[in-house]
Amino acid sequence: MMAENKNDINRRHFLRRSLWAAGLTGLGAAAGFLSRKTNARNTVWQIDPEICVACGNCATYCVLEESAVKCVHAYAMCGYCRICFGYFGPEPHDINEGAENQLCPTGAIQRKYLKDDDPYYEYTIDELLCMGCGKCVKGCNTFGNGSLFLQVRHDRCLNCNECSIAAACPSGAYKRVPADKPYLLKKVDHA
Amino acid sequence: MTRLAYITIGTAVFLLSSGIASGFERFPPPDFESGYVQPSPTTPNPRQDIYEYIDVVMLLAALSLSSYLVLRKRSRRAILALCIFSLFYFGFWREGCVCPIGAIQNIALSIFDRDYAVPIAVMLFFLLPLVFTLFFGRTFCAAVCPLGAIQDLVVLRPVSVPEWLESGLRLFAYVYLVAAVLFAATGSAFVICRYDPFVSFFHLSGNFNILILGACFLLVGVFVGRPYCRFVCPYGVILRQLSRISKWRVAITPDDCIKCRLCEDSCPFGAIKEPAADWPAHDYNRSKKRLGFLILLLPVLVFSCGWIGFAFRPVTSRVHATVRLADRIYLEETGQAEDTTDASSAFRATGKEVKDLYAEALDIQANFGWGGWLAGGFVGLVFALKLIAVSRRRQRTDYEADRAGCLACGRCFDYCPKEHVKRKLAKETISER
Repeated sequence: MMAENKNDINRRHFLRRSLWAAGLTGLGAAAGFLSRKTNARNTVWQIDPEICVACGNCATYCVLEESAVKCVHAYAMCGYCRICFGYFGPEPHDINEGAENQLCPTGAIQRKYLKDDDPYYEYTIDELLCMGCGKCVKGCNTFGNGSLFLQVRHDRCLNCNECSIAAACPSGAYKRVPADKPYLLKKVDHA
Repeated sequence: MTRLAYITIGTAVFLLSSGIASGFERFPPPDFESGYVQPSPTTPNPRQDIYEYIDVVMLLAALSLSSYLVLRKRSRRAILALCIFSLFYFGFWREGCVCPIGAIQNIALSIFDRDYAVPIAVMLFFLLPLVFTLFFGRTFCAAVCPLGAIQDLVVLRPVSVPEWLESGLRLFAYVYLVAAVLFAATGSAFVICRYDPFVSFFHLSGNFNILILGACFLLVGVFVGRPYCRFVCPYGVILRQLSRISKWRVAITPDDCIKCRLCEDSCPFGAIKEPAADWPAHDYNRSKKRLGFLILLLPVLVFSCGWIGFAFRPVTSRVHATVRLADRIYLEETGQAEDTTDASSAFRATGKEVKDLYAEALDIQANFGWGGWLAGGFVGLVFALKLIAVSRRRQRTDYEADRAGCLACGRCFDYCPKEHVKRKLAKETISER
């Protein structure tokens, strides 16, 4: 009886030991297999501005209370127009900086008259006010040069494993990009 | 005012007819002559790579320390301190991502998606706890995982969950793991991250529903110890299996068990197994028959659950955005839906063929078909093995921590009188009988 019990324990030990060895080999194999598909570079989320449709989800779906997405201005593409469709609402009362004329719900776009370069106006984004709703982007893309576009700002982005905005993006504009090239800025094609 | 209106309408008519292409130079950028310098957009950098590697080193250090505290030092207080540290470092400081639990999905996606490669930090976050568990048991759960830590701190009035309920609820974790792998591998969604109840706490902001879910888990966790770890955590499912065969394990007593029963109710997670005798003879015969029946049932369960997984592909595949879009476009094309959604108008603006979209969606659905066979079959196998496991009985002479279920929190150490003797807090007067 004793001997049998002892054998029993030995058999169980042997089984466990072989399973353990199998487990270790399995993990080693998994590590080997995975390391072939491993990239040394870390990645971050970014919006491809060529695919983005400025639907407005960026402002609301981010896990941060104030979205990590902000409007970015590619000045080199801007027409410096007096009447900017990213700045003025569809039916402005007047062509001036009055809040009632502006498209931006938070007044985050500043319009500055360049008096030495008449008749041009410079538009800059105040990132502290911008909430990434993309209203200006839509206006600028539809009627203007498309120099305003949305980007994930990496001083704010938490780099969630699954980006909540990406999951809600209707056009699939979100993608992971290498962390050393974290922006997809619009460029001028002519210069 | 009227002039502006004319301009607006005029440009609108002209431009709308030319399509909504971006980067269109409708208004040529001016040539500045006054020496005006164009500003350029700022590009603040993301968190530097070095921090990711520091996180990996911290993980390694925390795992080593946790294993040492659980197996050698045997100090609940030290384990609790490490637990709090991990909660603050991996939770509130690092803000959660990427965690080993979520990394399951990155790994699954990288195996099935040719274009996706996991960063090395993610791979290490996935593998290190597995390797440590194979050696030392679930010391990752004990004091490293921030999700475990936040729950461990609220275990105040634990009640014991009956064995049948515990086993039954645990099956959910297997289903969750399988679903997470299926959706990740098909590139549809990372459901573990989407429904992670505690990440909103770590971010100190987030989706309101998820915050409520997290609050519920913590509230339940006051009475039922670590509900997420025991009944939901998909990584825990993998750790359970590795912990079964771990080289070293948590021992309740530092010495021989004297069966004093003092530790019996000390585990808030129901992971202490009491001594059990063999089956009585008549029970033994009956259970032998039952075991035979269950073994025959196994292939039936595997096949039928696999078929269910396959048959539900029209439902499961809708988690994928492309399939949802194709469904929507189909409704619009056939006149069953009159308005458009953001997604469908975005698709139409690309000018892609509807046919190609349908083909792509069918491809994805086919993937969900055989993925459903595998996933369903695996769930069936788990169900069958579970049934077999509960109809077996193992002879046990001592009070032991269940290899799979023990979270290595170290609460039971202080309940063992032998421990007190070892620490010279009590004199050696306790005898075997």
